[in-house]
Amino acid sequence: MKFAGTDNYVATEDLKVAVNAAVKLRRPLLVKGEPGTGKTVLAHEISKALAAPLIEWNIKSTTKAQQGLYEYDAVARLRDSQLGDERVHDIKNYIKRGKLWDAFTSTELPILLIDEIDKADIEFPNDLLQELDRMEFFVYETQETIKAIERPIVIITSNNEKELPDAFLRRCFFHYIKFPDRETMQDIIDVHFPDIQKILVSRAMDIFYNIREVPGLKKKPSTSELLDWLKLLLYEDMPLDVLQNADSTKAIPPLHGALLKNEQDIMLFERLAFMAKRNS
Amino acid sequence: MFFNFMDELRSAGLKISLKEHLMLLDALNAQVIDQSPEEFYFLARTTLVKDEAKLDRFDQVFNKIFKGLFSDYAEEGAEIPLDWLKSVAEKYLSEEEMEKIKAIGDWDELMDTLKKRLAEQEKRHQGGSKWIGTGGTSPYGNDGYNPEGVRIGGTSKHKKAVKVWEKREFENLDNDREIGTRNIKIAMRRLRRFAREGNAEELDINGTIEGTAKQGWLDIKMRPERRNAIKLLLLLDVGGSMDPFIKLCEELFSAATSEFKNMEFFYFHNCPYEGLWKDNKRRFAERTNTWDILHKYPHDYKIIFVGDAAMSPYEITHPGGSVEHFNEESGHIWMQRFTQTYTSCIWLNPVPEKQWGYSQSTKVMRDIMNDRMYPLTLSGLDDAMRELSRKN
Repeated sequence: MKFAGTDNYVATEDLKVAVNAAVKLRRPLLVKGEPGTGKTVLAHEISKALAAPLIEWNIKSTTKAQQGLYEYDAVARLRDSQLGDERVHDIKNYIKRGKLWDAFTSTELPILLIDEIDKADIEFPNDLLQELDRMEFFVYETQETIKAIERPIVIITSNNEKELPDAFLRRCFFHYIKFPDRETMQDIIDVHFPDIQKILVSRAMDIFYNIREVPGLKKKPSTSELLDWLKLLLYEDMPLDVLQNADSTKAIPPLHGALLKNEQDIMLFERLAFMAKRNS
Repeated sequence: MFFNFMDELRSAGLKISLKEHLMLLDALNAQVIDQSPEEFYFLARTTLVKDEAKLDRFDQVFNKIFKGLFSDYAEEGAEIPLDWLKSVAEKYLSEEEMEKIKAIGDWDELMDTLKKRLAEQEKRHQGGSKWIGTGGTSPYGNDGYNPEGVRIGGTSKHKKAVKVWEKREFENLDNDREIGTRNIKIAMRRLRRFAREGNAEELDINGTIEGTAKQGWLDIKMRPERRNAIKLLLLLDVGGSMDPFIKLCEELFSAATSEFKNMEFFYFHNCPYEGLWKDNKRRFAERTNTWDILHKYPHDYKIIFVGDAAMSPYEITHPGGSVEHFNEESGHIWMQRFTQTYTSCIWLNPVPEKQWGYSQSTKVMRDIMNDRMYPLTLSGLDDAMRELSRKN
């Protein structure tokens, strides 16, 4: 079982090694990187490439580690007891399985995606240490231990909003998806838009990388934004010369809404354009 | 295996534990990778480095340890793509030679001569950063392989000659992060201590169930919401030498206001004396007596001074030293009152740490603060928050 990228995901060499190490040793792979560099998509693609089901656990600021294991629905049981429901006698009826439980007991080897782990509280990763290390946990209510039939492949993504504890990091493989260089970017675009004109792409990429170079941008556009922008350019059937004639006096690229997501950034570009015009 | 490597990594400041070392050996044992140095590098990196800021350091150590070991491999990279040679031939060979060759008509021979010639020119270009910077172009490409200054265009996909770890692509991530509001907020999140205090506004379901079971009737329990219980008092230096740092201080200020519910702030100029103020426009009209502040805010408040601490030393040490008014007691005494009243207090200094030594007053202030002065950078802020969150 080896991951080598898919038809619509370009994986760099180092990423492949990291994924294969995680798949082989069945240890969690922690993926970090700028937003929009394809962290979450990676899990989807691995699932596709290995033909394994994907179990997604999206983390929010209110998510607790326990929710990934199981939850005991005390209120439902209380209500049932008032109504004299038969179910009330078996506590198992009120235990709701979490994503980790699903992953552990899945008959096929699953891929568990823990998405944006840094969104949760600082203690969250610590609460999952044992569970991810030993791949088992204990259900107090029913006094049973849930143990993974086969250790699932775990992919964890983080946007670096919070530092993760060392003890947690020690148990993971780590990969930082760096922003793709031009060559890789070309590959990525080829994968997504096979029919696009070469010259259009090259012109668009010039503009794109130039934008990323502009100092003081609040949010630099990333891969997913470039792809969106290209899609828009194609959809609008933007004539090539509009891009080609993008001289410095018109510093704002056409359909910039897909690239610049912040009114301050757009203002910045307008100011730059104004200055360029004045100088010329 | 690799003990040297681990030791070197540890001394370079990467916290490698036994667990990670074993994991690497485990992975090698499980034959995750083929036997190529490049893949070994990737594997070692994914197992041992857990922070993208440390990637560059890892690359350096890797280069240091394994330098020479893979040299044969690198020289193999000198294999030259054919079409590239063709393009050189036009520039590199004189017209006569070209004519001759055409006469001979033996392209292969030409290629051989050319290869030989190129080999004579210079050995592999060692680790120069310019050369690496061109990333992805042929190693013999743009930046002067050839002493005669023949620039060879044409890029090649044959990247093997540049060892990946020598590229040091992650260079700019190391400790050079821009400090923005968001980053400050994240650093400040260290200062969190959740507690339930205040009005009982939230339904406590577990408590209610327990209470109901005990009492036999519906016993609703309420509890206060879980909030950050840290209380913060921010004292900011304004005016004069602080002007260059206004933006940075604004960012710090806005991050702190949104992050902490219980936050109070006051301004001072150069050094706190008997009065502080909240509105800089009315600084002379509306002052708050510093004694009132010391009395009003309980001792569990955390104090952060923000200032460059650059002034005349007399402004700290002598009564009447203030530049703005006549202070009856010296700044030193007032600072001591603060540090004695509040066990957790720190000083954030926007001036780079290197320059602190040039100012006498900074040293004095640092002594008063008991060395708890930190530069206003991300790592400094991080240390400062750690210091503040220490339980006393």
